[in-house]
Amino acid sequence: MQMYPESVNLAGKKEWSLWRRIKRSKTSYLMLAPFFILFLFFTILPVVVSIFLSFTYFNMLEWPTFIGWDNYVKLFLEDDIFLIALKNTFLFAVITGPVSYFLCLMFAWIINEFKGKMRAFLTLIFYAPSISGQAYLIWNIILTGDRYGYLNSLLLKLQIIDNPILWMKTEKYVLPMLIVVQLWLSLGTGFLAFIAGLQTVDKTLYEAGAVDGIKNRWQELWYITLPAMKPQLMFGAVMQITTSFAVADVSIQLAGNPSVNYAGATVVTHLLDYGMTRFEMGYASAIATVLFLLMVGSNKLVQRILRRVGD
Amino acid sequence: MTAEEVIRKNRRRIRRAKRLNRSRAGNTILYVLMIFCGICMALPLILIVNNALKPLDEIFQYPQKIFVRNPTLENFSDLFVLMNTTWVPFSRYIMNTVIITTSGTVGHVLIASLAAYPLAKHDFPGKKVLFALIILSMMFSWQVTQIPIYMIVSALHINNTYLAVILPPWQYGMGLYLMKQFMEQIPDSLVESSRLDGASEWQTFRKIIMPNVKPAWLTLAIFQFQQMWGNTGTAYLRSEQLKPLQYALQQITAGGAARAGAAAAVTLIIAAIPITFFLICQSNILETMTTSGMKE
Repeated sequence: MQMYPESVNLAGKKEWSLWRRIKRSKTSYLMLAPFFILFLFFTILPVVVSIFLSFTYFNMLEWPTFIGWDNYVKLFLEDDIFLIALKNTFLFAVITGPVSYFLCLMFAWIINEFKGKMRAFLTLIFYAPSISGQAYLIWNIILTGDRYGYLNSLLLKLQIIDNPILWMKTEKYVLPMLIVVQLWLSLGTGFLAFIAGLQTVDKTLYEAGAVDGIKNRWQELWYITLPAMKPQLMFGAVMQITTSFAVADVSIQLAGNPSVNYAGATVVTHLLDYGMTRFEMGYASAIATVLFLLMVGSNKLVQRILRRVGD
Repeated sequence: MTAEEVIRKNRRRIRRAKRLNRSRAGNTILYVLMIFCGICMALPLILIVNNALKPLDEIFQYPQKIFVRNPTLENFSDLFVLMNTTWVPFSRYIMNTVIITTSGTVGHVLIASLAAYPLAKHDFPGKKVLFALIILSMMFSWQVTQIPIYMIVSALHINNTYLAVILPPWQYGMGLYLMKQFMEQIPDSLVESSRLDGASEWQTFRKIIMPNVKPAWLTLAIFQFQQMWGNTGTAYLRSEQLKPLQYALQQITAGGAARAGAAAAVTLIIAAIPITFFLICQSNILETMTTSGMKE
């Protein structure tokens, strides 16, 4: 006889001893095994090692020396740039996080109205910044600081400004510009997951909804589509948190690292500065650990909000 | 009356209601919005295609222009000449890339889906912990785990083999998370009835679960293909015989200003392959969800 894992209909029988439940779930564990064995080696172990390294001084040449909480103390009490980076990262996350989440959802929803080849093509167009590799190149041309830069020449022509602006070298423009570029870049993982998610919404739900008196697109979206794709919404939110708190590439490519007066510094650019330039891996690991805790906290918050969708 | 009967009886009314849902004014606004945003989003693609067709003098022109004036295929012929000057035959790099990208993508989609199924549909001790670990792992900066991973790869004696670049991507948490979320939407009754029909868990996985989450694994394949394709493998692959196409192409373009033309052609080629893959996967997503298997 086939041994089934303890499935939904058996879940009530909790009086089984833990050991019997484990034995009963053999198939489940077998299915998990290939992934989680690799996961143990290439994710869990490295993360544990990194967290351990955050309590050491480690220059990648000598054996790490244990220094307790020193890295963390230095991070919050002595490192002014880290505090700037933290502030910038918060700004990035609070603005680009929710905005790009809604953009992903909105564009996925609109594209879903199209059919066939047109749909695939539109998806490609909107995913283009994530797939074409050299996405920043175009922004370097647009934001060139002299009067030949596309943005400057446009503004000069419209007589909004009199002199060209050095966009990436002027402190007050750096962060807003980076946020714009980041938003433009943000139709990535979450977006494609939403596109796929919209495809799996049971079509009969819409017909049933029409009977129940759904009047327009918005009601349809809120009462049918969104609740039906809650798992994807959760996924999108996690992806959004992991990308918007980890912003770094866009800043380094456009504003440089370090940027003017650290105007574009984020937690991860700071981490890269210590890890890759100064070879202070212990300190970089401490930064990573702090960022990790930040993301975990915001994830808790966001998941709580998302549970209310469609109520 | 069941929901189905309600729908059958009201079919005409529903159809009229559905038409009302989509007003012409709404559609016009949608089209205009999509065209405007679409142009903004397509800019990098437009630039890459134009750059690849620019003759050298236009590539070095200042101020830089987005559009090409005298298109030429010179850059590509230059690139093909350069391809013959590589250390090992160029076909070797192509083969390496095919091996690494295919096994990296197929393997990841397979084992991530396989692990996602029990997490979504079974109940077993440790389920919550394992799932929490996946989510948490996605929040740790990958930049600082690179050195520990390198040490582990060396300790496992798979350094300088294909496995060193294939195995770590197999266990990306995101893939498992994506698959699990989609599998959760499959009604339990569907899984139950498959079991009652005498199917084993493996058969249920293959015949019921995977066909029902086709959009998910096609999407995951896109992500993973992109990752694997972009991998230069420089940290792990030291023998020239093992290095992928991405590495070879970057070497060609590292030649500086003299090779700017070939570099532009390379950029186009590097973007074109994942885009082709993307379009194949995306157009297949469309045809899947006409199944009635999802109904309860």
